Amino acid sequence: MSNGEVNLARRRFLIGATSVVGGAGVVGAAVPFLASWQPSAKAKALGAPVRADVSKLRPGEILGPLPEWRGKPIFVVKRTDAMLDQLEALEPMLADPGSARPSQQPSYAANRWRAREERKDLSVLIGICTHLGCSPKYYPEVGPQAFDGNWKGGYFCPCHGSKFDLSGRVYAGVPAPSNLEVPPYTFESDAIILIGEDEESA
Amino acid sequence: MSDAKSSEKPGAVMAGVTQVVNWIDARMPLVETYEYHMSRYWAPKNFNMWYLFGVLSMVVLVNQLLTGIWLTMSYVPAGDKAFASVEYIMRDVEFGWLLRYLHSSGASAFFIVVYLHMFRGMMYGSYRKPRELIWLFGMAIFLVLMAEGFMGYLLPWGNMSYWGAQVIVSLVGAIPVVGADMMEWVRGDFLMSEITLNRFFALHVVALPIMLIMLVFLHIVALHHVGSNNPDGIDVKKHKDENGKPLDSIAFHPYYTIGHDLPAIVLFLIVFCSVVFFAPEMGGYFLEPPNFEQANPLKTPEHIAPVWYYTPFYAMLRAATYPLFGMDAKFWGFVVMVGAIALPAVLPWLDRSPVKSIRYKGAISKGMLAMFIVSFFLLGWLGTQAASPFYTLLAQVGTAGYFAYFVLMPWYTRVEKTKPVPERVPA
Repeated sequence: MSNGEVNLARRRFLIGATSVVGGAGVVGAAVPFLASWQPSAKAKALGAPVRADVSKLRPGEILGPLPEWRGKPIFVVKRTDAMLDQLEALEPMLADPGSARPSQQPSYAANRWRAREERKDLSVLIGICTHLGCSPKYYPEVGPQAFDGNWKGGYFCPCHGSKFDLSGRVYAGVPAPSNLEVPPYTFESDAIILIGEDEESA
Repeated sequence: MSDAKSSEKPGAVMAGVTQVVNWIDARMPLVETYEYHMSRYWAPKNFNMWYLFGVLSMVVLVNQLLTGIWLTMSYVPAGDKAFASVEYIMRDVEFGWLLRYLHSSGASAFFIVVYLHMFRGMMYGSYRKPRELIWLFGMAIFLVLMAEGFMGYLLPWGNMSYWGAQVIVSLVGAIPVVGADMMEWVRGDFLMSEITLNRFFALHVVALPIMLIMLVFLHIVALHHVGSNNPDGIDVKKHKDENGKPLDSIAFHPYYTIGHDLPAIVLFLIVFCSVVFFAPEMGGYFLEPPNFEQANPLKTPEHIAPVWYYTPFYAMLRAATYPLFGMDAKFWGFVVMVGAIALPAVLPWLDRSPVKSIRYKGAISKGMLAMFIVSFFLLGWLGTQAASPFYTLLAQVGTAGYFAYFVLMPWYTRVEKTKPVPERVPA
């Protein structure tokens, strides 16, 4: 090292090395701050499965008060035969009649009824609109509504006007992109369903 | 005797003040800073009413900080206590109702003055070179302000707070691939909960206000470095006297502070206080009726509408109803809304006109600006209404109008015929 002469290459190397080490430190230090925003252990524990008694549910009725799973409202509806019969005729107006998106239901509910084959009449849905998370309303009656002059019964979200049929399948041309989600569920007995757990997840 | 004494006294006091000022001045640039920003900050002499909204924003900011600090003294950010603590502030805390109404009406007032302030910049081309950075800092302030208002609205933990926040946080879910996980990360839970409330509280009262103050500081530093624009868009720095003072400018203090801003502040406070005292809910526009009911995760209000200052952007979000390029409508709604908020930031580079002010621009610019205003108000109104097929169509038309103002600007500002800009500010 001669007096008064600057070794530029070495200076560049030192600046580069310091920046890389410093940058790695910043990234490392950011981890706890960002990770602390993840659901805490307590929040996760509250996501345990819930039970609901469906024995007193009459045909056409929605179970109330709404059961809650992971804090989300759950729609449990016992559909009449007439309701089930008209599901097929609606299909041309739906965006995903065959439940092709696997993320929206367990495999046993990927059918027209979006329910277990052995209990087609009983529909279990997460009552959160797949658009922006409002809770849709249950409008079972067939007939003209303010939002649809030719309403066939189903769910309507007042926030942004998304429409779903009685299987929670989304109509085409509404803001919601996908069908209402079917949570994992099993029958503990004819009367009791367990929401949040099934043979696939247990 | 006594006369002589009293004439001596002020002299002695002044001498003392001078001594203190000198002591400080030797240690930091007190007088220099004061002159640079106040008594020797040369502002164009042709300011009009539109130039009041910057200082009024500062007045509202001070109101928000002051009342906000006092509200945190009685508010409890806990899921089972938040709603009750707001009731407690309203009923039991001495003057709690006044502090809260000043703060809630202040939020609306903030957006009113900021929107007018931004519109002034659009009208007179205040974003043009060399003021691009002022405009960008301003846009950042606007963004932080929107986040601040949004998070603050969750704190009363009313049912509209809850579901409004649910809708906006769900917007994150529209981001492809990582959206669903990010939504959980933002909420810290599988749904909006006390955990979300706590972090929004921290951001609303600590993080965002600090950012806001820093950005306002930078906004003003940048402004005072290049100097203010004016309604004619004339560069007043071209003609200076022998001392370097622009001929068409006057000192900010006292001419604008006392002669222009102070009466405006008084008038503003009269109007503002009338709202605070007589119409703090403003017919459901400043405080929405469903929010007088506690948050209920199982029951969405009949009709969700954000507070009025978000409604133009909310209407644009809802206007996207069909999928495109393999992405669903929800994603496009998100893109349209983010685009609508971000687009004004690039105005300095969209405007290719040889003149700054609308006064000298051509007919197309004037027409487009008029269409922009109509679109903005139309969207703002639609955002408060329940969705229907006709309103959705109107919102799509409004969205097209809003975007056309920006997207077509590089074209129409170049082809139109402009009027010549005078060298000096017209008397």
